Amino acid sequence: MEQKTNGKREARLMKGNEALAEAAIRADIDAYFGYPITPQSEILEYFTAEMPKRHGIVLQAESEVAAINMVYGAAGAGGRVMTSSSSPGISLMQEGISYIASAQLPCLIVNVNRGGPGLGTIQPSQGDYFQATKGGGHGDYHLIVLAPASVQEMADFVFDAIRLAEKYRTPAMILADGALGQMMEKVVLPEEGSLPKPEKPWATVGKPAYRKRNIITSLFIEPEKMEGINFQLQDKYTAMQEEVRYEEIALDDAEIALVAFGLSARVCQKAVDIAREKGIRVGLLRPITLYPFPKKAISSLADKVNFLLVVEMNAGQMVEDVELAVNGKKPVYFKGRMGGMIPTPEEVVDRLESLIEKLSISEV
Amino acid sequence: MQETIQINGYELVYKKPSTLTEKPFHYCPGCGHSVVHRVLMEVIEEMGIQERTIGVAPVGCSVFAYDYMDIDMQEAAHGRATAVATGIKRIHPDKFVFSYQGDGDLAAIGTAETIHAVNRGENILMIFINNAIYGMTGGQMAPTTLLEQVTSTTPYGRKHEAMGYPLKITDLLANLPGAYFVTRQAVHSVNAVRKLKKAIEKSFEYQKLNRGTSFIEVVSNCPSGWKMTPVESNKWLEENMFPMYPLGDIKLPKEK
Ligand SMILES: Cc1ncc(C[n+]2csc(CCOP(=O)(O)OP(=O)(O)O)c2C)c(N)n1
Ligand code: SF4
Ligand SMILES: [Mg+2]
Repeated sequence: MEQKTNGKREARLMKGNEALAEAAIRADIDAYFGYPITPQSEILEYFTAEMPKRHGIVLQAESEVAAINMVYGAAGAGGRVMTSSSSPGISLMQEGISYIASAQLPCLIVNVNRGGPGLGTIQPSQGDYFQATKGGGHGDYHLIVLAPASVQEMADFVFDAIRLAEKYRTPAMILADGALGQMMEKVVLPEEGSLPKPEKPWATVGKPAYRKRNIITSLFIEPEKMEGINFQLQDKYTAMQEEVRYEEIALDDAEIALVAFGLSARVCQKAVDIAREKGIRVGLLRPITLYPFPKKAISSLADKVNFLLVVEMNAGQMVEDVELAVNGKKPVYFKGRMGGMIPTPEEVVDRLESLIEKLSISEV
Repeated sequence: MQETIQINGYELVYKKPSTLTEKPFHYCPGCGHSVVHRVLMEVIEEMGIQERTIGVAPVGCSVFAYDYMDIDMQEAAHGRATAVATGIKRIHPDKFVFSYQGDGDLAAIGTAETIHAVNRGENILMIFINNAIYGMTGGQMAPTTLLEQVTSTTPYGRKHEAMGYPLKITDLLANLPGAYFVTRQAVHSVNAVRKLKKAIEKSFEYQKLNRGTSFIEVVSNCPSGWKMTPVESNKWLEENMFPMYPLGDIKLPKEK
């Protein structure tokens, strides 16, 4: 256990997956339901070791389908609940996630993204960006999506995601990747008991005589009613726009902007350092909330820079959202690696240099 | 002593349980779902557990059960009722939790959830309405459909060579150590309804003991899907369903 010295919390060296699980216990999660899959099985393992000692519920389900439906039941019953998986498992959960979004239940879903499609590879990937940010299952809905870029954020974003999920009565996702889950870094864990539980008067807890029965459902057979629910959801997504979070690195005097999230953003941060030493005035915008997406920030960034280069560990997914935000004001380029490959900072700088040459704006 | 109510000089001896809402059932005339709903809600009223009961109604003709049952309820995706019920029960171990599932739901798309919930001995009541057909979607073959039975997807009758055999999932589940009480009942006669009621009562009593899953199969009818009148359907049920799905207790709690 971590030591307290002079009232200051001490850093611990932890794997991303374990830091996330420990943070969830400190966030007073009532129940975790999951199914093993690499590269995130440590989360389930951590819970199975810790929850019995710390009065929480942990259950290894028979499948991801069962796990997400246990989350639905437990969240509907008023619990603070979560699940985690990696890409193929998250695909299996999609029907349940759509039900959870429609029934407006708060919960936390963690995707430690691995390379695909198919069974793919257990190596890190960002190939699930579309699935995470555009809904993923059937119907018009979104999840709140947070993208950590360090072990510290793997822990911190658990608190943020749960707070937002409960504020908006919506499922929230932490979209990490295999590297963030597996790597060890220093982390200062959030304090236990610092996330109060809101009232959930809508939950199924047994109907007392003084109130009408509570019903958790996603079934609204009359189209007028179903459209009404859709309007409710859309209003919520509009209201969520104020939760946009992003990080700006070396953008003050930048003539070129990199845009990258998660692990790619860490690679790009290094690329910025290398490029700046070469005299290239480049900065980085890192979306932290992938949904809601920092549209406005990227739009105003496009007014300042000559071009943008989006770096992702996929075939080009977030780049579509960046293009929409830039709306033709400046060229948007893409650099991607796929299938579990991580771009190197040098690769990113090479790409920057060749773009600069091509666009003959080398006098930077 | 029960108070007698007089209406126009007649004594009221039978009324809707207070645990049912005012909404009229949407079920087809003669459908077993209505009877099971009523009996279940009678038990909840008589045991005084309305405030402590949470139900799960998955996709199937009874997905709107929450329109009629005046208790806290959750709808569930097709096949996932026992996973949802597990989530609820784990959060509220002191509450009564039941699932109410059709044969398609429990024995086809949700087979994994069914077996694993019972295998964990989830301390819930599972009510399984076996009408040997998919009622809601218009009468397609169910896992429990009898051999040679005609449905909209077995127009020449169910042949085991291509479609396998009627799945006696209740017998299968009774073999699992997590199953505490397993019984097969019906609602085609007054006597059968009385026995079903007893079984539901017992199941809720057992749930207080926290010893495992109670499982009640109700061999029921689907006049619309079977293309019969209610009376014909009950006769067909006695003649064809009962030989395959004989009524009675399959697993009783061991006396201690
Ligand atoms: C994932 C999914 N697949 C298919 C359906 C369509 N569907 C709705 S109810 C049903 C069958 C219901 O049959 P059963 O469970 O036996 O209930 P019954 O209506 O006979 O009471 C099907 C296939 C669905 N809602 N969801
Ligand atoms: S379709 Fe069959 S199961 Fe459904 S309500 Fe009608 S008779 Fe009952
Ligand atoms: Mg059926």
